[in-house]
Amino acid sequence: MTDTQFKQDQEFFMDPQRCIGCHACEMACAECETNGQIPMIHVDYVDRYTTVQTSVQVCMHCEDPTCAKVCPADAITRDEFGVVHTAKTDRCIACANCVMACPFGVPKKIETTQLMMKCNLCYDRTSAGRKPMCATVCPSGALWYGTREKMRELRPNSTPVNHFQFGMQSVKTKVNIMMPKGATKLVVD
Amino acid sequence: MLSTLNPVALLTATLATLALVASIFVGSRNLANFDAALVPYLFGCIFACFGVAYRYSVWLQRPPTWRYFVRGWQLLFSGRALVHGWELIKSFAVDFVGQRFIRNRGRVRGIGHMLMAGGCILAFGVTFPLVFGWIHFGLRPGGIDTYELYTFGFKTMEFPLHGWFAELIFNALNWAAILVIAGVVLLIRRRLTHAGQIAIQTFEGDWLPLLLLLAISVTGLGITLDYRFMRGEAHQFMAITHAITVILFLVWLPFGKFYHIIQRPAQLGVAVYRRAGTDGPQAVCPHTGEPFTSKMHTDDLKHVTKQLGFDYTLAGGSSHLDLSPQGKRAALAKAHLAARQESGAFFG
Repeated sequence: MTDTQFKQDQEFFMDPQRCIGCHACEMACAECETNGQIPMIHVDYVDRYTTVQTSVQVCMHCEDPTCAKVCPADAITRDEFGVVHTAKTDRCIACANCVMACPFGVPKKIETTQLMMKCNLCYDRTSAGRKPMCATVCPSGALWYGTREKMRELRPNSTPVNHFQFGMQSVKTKVNIMMPKGATKLVVD
Repeated sequence: MLSTLNPVALLTATLATLALVASIFVGSRNLANFDAALVPYLFGCIFACFGVAYRYSVWLQRPPTWRYFVRGWQLLFSGRALVHGWELIKSFAVDFVGQRFIRNRGRVRGIGHMLMAGGCILAFGVTFPLVFGWIHFGLRPGGIDTYELYTFGFKTMEFPLHGWFAELIFNALNWAAILVIAGVVLLIRRRLTHAGQIAIQTFEGDWLPLLLLLAISVTGLGITLDYRFMRGEAHQFMAITHAITVILFLVWLPFGKFYHIIQRPAQLGVAVYRRAGTDGPQAVCPHTGEPFTSKMHTDDLKHVTKQLGFDYTLAGGSSHLDLSPQGKRAALAKAHLAARQESGAFFG
């Protein structure tokens, strides 16, 4: 971890509207050896009765992560690159506080191993200068990893936003969501 | 630096250390049964006691930890004390003694941890009482073939000096060292071969604890091997290197990975909390219409997040935390869809 080649000019961009529900990202995520072959990404039907819309959710890697703050065991840490790491296996006491408090609904609790697990931005790959698995396989561009300049070229009518408003709570993240051009934040209320 | 000290933790740690020192005086009968050769270990233990009590106190003062701590005791002594007590015993047997959750993370990993933990617990059980002078041995007066064991100055048992029992307990630390070495070897192998671990492991967080345990065990075994096969010629070297490694362990205990030994019992409280939650009212997600956790849990989280400076209250007065994880993801997707719809284009 100390000898890292993490590329700080590369960013993660997420566009749920582009998700076609193919689950390729889930399969790719399960290849990540840091997860023990358990996918950390969520692909959901948003409202199965009324629409076929699917949505994808990775960890947004919050600047002030609620999951880490509510952890009673200090098991979740954020590193110098802004990556919020999955729970430390020796510390996690499987209370599920992080699972219930994350505003994006990301962490998973694995009952059999009494452990919370979440996306760590494919740290085994990104720390070696590579892209996260999910972003390399997404066929529709719902998940994309690269420079901001390249993203601007690819999506001239969208703006990457990393500011979310959940009621009274403002949350800033390392991962961006693609919003209509000119938007500054996504309000969830 | 003084201004950064936590006064409550400082007081707690001071009291805990004084209590330990007092128990050493009382338990060793005013140091009459204290082994002076173990003084360096004693100072290591006293430092570890202060450090562990200080860190534990600081840790308990964090809002989520405090909430669980208080709730755990409240539930244990509530009207359902028997149910919760049974849950506590079950969790202790399955998670602590059996370490099932670690075995579920990997068979070899589980075996390695079990060997290492077993060895460490055995070593703690022997070392601490000996260092504190709480137990000591002596020859039965009038003979040279029977040993007596004294605990806190009271004779508790006697046994033949050359019997199997004597062999077993006089070598307890050697058995512990063998268990620890076997466990460490299995876990070092994992750290050398598991690609995922190689990517995220750190020297100070993952390797140093294993190497330190290995050093303690090898030097400890070395003392026995030296007097058995080398006529004690390397005794001073072995004894000093062993003392150094053990004291390093004790001094590092409050700071590094070994602190999880102290922290892990919190899992027992969580087991009781979960049982009480399962038996009580459930939180139902407004999106999925399904129960997803206990109402006590969501209520506690709302309280704790407010204490931590987060406010997830929504415009209508409800909370974003009322949603299940799936509900939260759906709320985000719906908000994103609405923003795209409003802009007149779904893609851009």
